[in-house]
Amino acid sequence: MRALPLIGRLERYIVPILVIAGWEAFSRSGALPAALLPAPSTVVWAWADWIFAINGSTQTYSGNWIFDTLASLMRVLAGFGIAAALGVLLGVAIGWSRLVEIVIEPTLQALRPIPPVSWIPLAIIWFGIANKPAIFLVFLGAFFPILLNTIHGVKTCDRNLIRAGAMVGGGNHELLRFIVVPAALPSIFAGLRIGIGSAWMLTVTAEMVAVKSGLGYVLWDSYYFLRYDLVLAAMASIGMLGFLSDLVIRAIMARVLHWQRNTTIQGEED
Amino acid sequence: MATIEISHLSKRFHDRKRNAEVVALDDINLTVAKNELLCLLGPSGCGKSTLLDIIAGFAKPTAGSVTVDGRPVTGPGSDRGVVFQQANLMPWLPVWENVAFHLKLRGGQKGERRAIAQRYIDMVGLTGFENHYPSELSGGMNQRVGIARALLMNPQVILMDEPFGALDEQTRMDMQNELVRIWQEHRGTIVFVTHGIDEALTLGTAVAVMSARPGRIRELIRLDLPRPRDITSPQFNELKRHVLDLLRAKRADALSA
Ligand SMILES: Nc1ncnc2c1ncn2[C@@H]1O[C@H](COP(=O)(O)OP(=O)(O)OP(=O)(O)O)[C@@H](O)[C@H]1O
Ligand SMILES: [Mg+2]
Repeated sequence: MRALPLIGRLERYIVPILVIAGWEAFSRSGALPAALLPAPSTVVWAWADWIFAINGSTQTYSGNWIFDTLASLMRVLAGFGIAAALGVLLGVAIGWSRLVEIVIEPTLQALRPIPPVSWIPLAIIWFGIANKPAIFLVFLGAFFPILLNTIHGVKTCDRNLIRAGAMVGGGNHELLRFIVVPAALPSIFAGLRIGIGSAWMLTVTAEMVAVKSGLGYVLWDSYYFLRYDLVLAAMASIGMLGFLSDLVIRAIMARVLHWQRNTTIQGEED
Repeated sequence: MATIEISHLSKRFHDRKRNAEVVALDDINLTVAKNELLCLLGPSGCGKSTLLDIIAGFAKPTAGSVTVDGRPVTGPGSDRGVVFQQANLMPWLPVWENVAFHLKLRGGQKGERRAIAQRYIDMVGLTGFENHYPSELSGGMNQRVGIARALLMNPQVILMDEPFGALDEQTRMDMQNELVRIWQEHRGTIVFVTHGIDEALTLGTAVAVMSARPGRIRELIRLDLPRPRDITSPQFNELKRHVLDLLRAKRADALSA
C-alpha cells in the first residue's frame, strides 16, 4: 500500500510549500495592506525576535517567547494533569461500580453540556485574574473527554477476559487492576489525546480574557497593537506546542500499547 | 471419591425477546470420578455450555447443586481450570505472562513466575514462543496457551468448552493426542464439552450424551477402549452407531413433539 519511499517523503511537503509560497506572493503583491496579512517572511522575523531578541522589533516581547511559552505550558500541564488523574480515577470507578455510577454520573452528565468557556465569569469571580482560573478552565475542558473515554473503555472490557481472570482466582480488586484497566488503556489514551487538545484551546482562551501572561495573552495583546505578524507567530507557536504535546502522548501510548502493533489497521505496516 | 457431584440441577432462562421460559437444563444428575475424562456430547443448544458455566461458577443454577470434592460451588475459583471455546487470553500480555497469570494475581516474583510458566509452555509445545503476543500466534497455538494457563494452577478439575472447535481437522487431531498425553501424565479430572462424536469417543473415559430442550442427560456411556484409540476399529464403530442412534432418536422425538 505504500508508495515509493522518496516520492512518499516529498509529496507530503508539496501542499504546505505551495500554500506558503502563494501566501508570500499574495502579501507582497500589495492586494491588501501589508499590515493586514503579513508575509510569512515577516512573521518569521517577528517570531525570531520574540524568541531570540535579534533586533528588538517586537519591543516588550523581544526575547520573551520562552517565558510566555512556559507560562502557558505550566497551565496546560497543571489543568491537564488534574483532569487526567481525576478523569481516569472517576471513570474507572463509574465504569466498574453500578453504585458509583448511579450516585455520580447524573451530576456529571448535567454539567457536561455547559461549554467550559462559559465558566469564565465565575472562574474570574472565584479565582481572580491569575493562574487559577486558567487552570480551572483547562481542567474543565480536558476532564470530560478523559472521563467519558475511560468509562467507555471500562464498560466495553470483554466479559470473557474477566471470566478468565476470575477463573485463575482473581478477586474484584485484581480483576480491576490486571484486566479492566489494561483493557481500557486504548480508550483512556484516546481520551487523553482529545483532552490535551482541549487543554491548549482553553489555555489560550483563558489567557485572552483572564490572565496577563502566556501565548494567548501575547496573541490578544498584539491584536490591540495591530501587530498581526506577532499574532500569526503566536498562533504558530500554539499550534506547534499543541502538536508537540500530542506527539509526547502518542509516544507514551506507543510504548504502553505496543502489544496492539499488529492487531490494528494502524499497525499493519510491517 | 467423586470429584464432581451434580444433583437435580436445573437451569431456566427467561427469554425476553420471546417472553418465554427456556429450560436449558432439566434435572441433571451426574457424577464425575477423580481422574476421569468425561465428554459432554450433544447437539447445539442442548445446554452443554450452560452446564459447564455452572460447574465453573460463572452461572448459578435455578435448582439443584454442584459440589467439587464435597464443597458446593459458589463462584469461579482456581481449583477449577477452564479452557474456553475462544482462548480468552489477555492481548496485552505475552504468552508466558498469560500462562502465569494465576501467579501474577498472587504477586509472585517475576523470575519465579517465568520459570514456572516455562514448564507449562514446554508441556503444550510452545517452546520458543514465550514472548509472542496472542495476536502473533495461530488459533491453535492460542488454544494451547489457554490450556497451559489452566494446567499451571494445578487444578483438581479442568473444564473445557469445545476448545478445539475452531481448529482444522489435522490440528484438532494433534491437539487431541496432546490432551490425552497431558491428562495421562498430569492426572486430574477433565470435563470436555464437544459436539463431535469421534472427538468424544477418542478422548473420553466416559461420554454423557445429552438431549436438547429440555437439556437432559440421555445416557452415560463408559468407554474402555484401549488407547491410542483406533477410530476405524469395529468396537469404535459399534459405539459410534449407538451414539448416533441416541442422537437420532432425540431428533425424531423433537420433531414429532
Ligand atoms: N443468557 C441466556 N439467556 C437466555 N437463554 C439462554 C442464555 N444462555 C443460554 N440460553 C439458552 O439455553 C440453551 C442452551 O444454551 P448453551 O449455550 O448451553 O448451549 P450449548 O449446548 O453450549 O450449544 P453450542 O453447542 O451451540 O455451544 C439454548 O437454547 C440457549 O438459547
Ligand atoms: Mg456452547
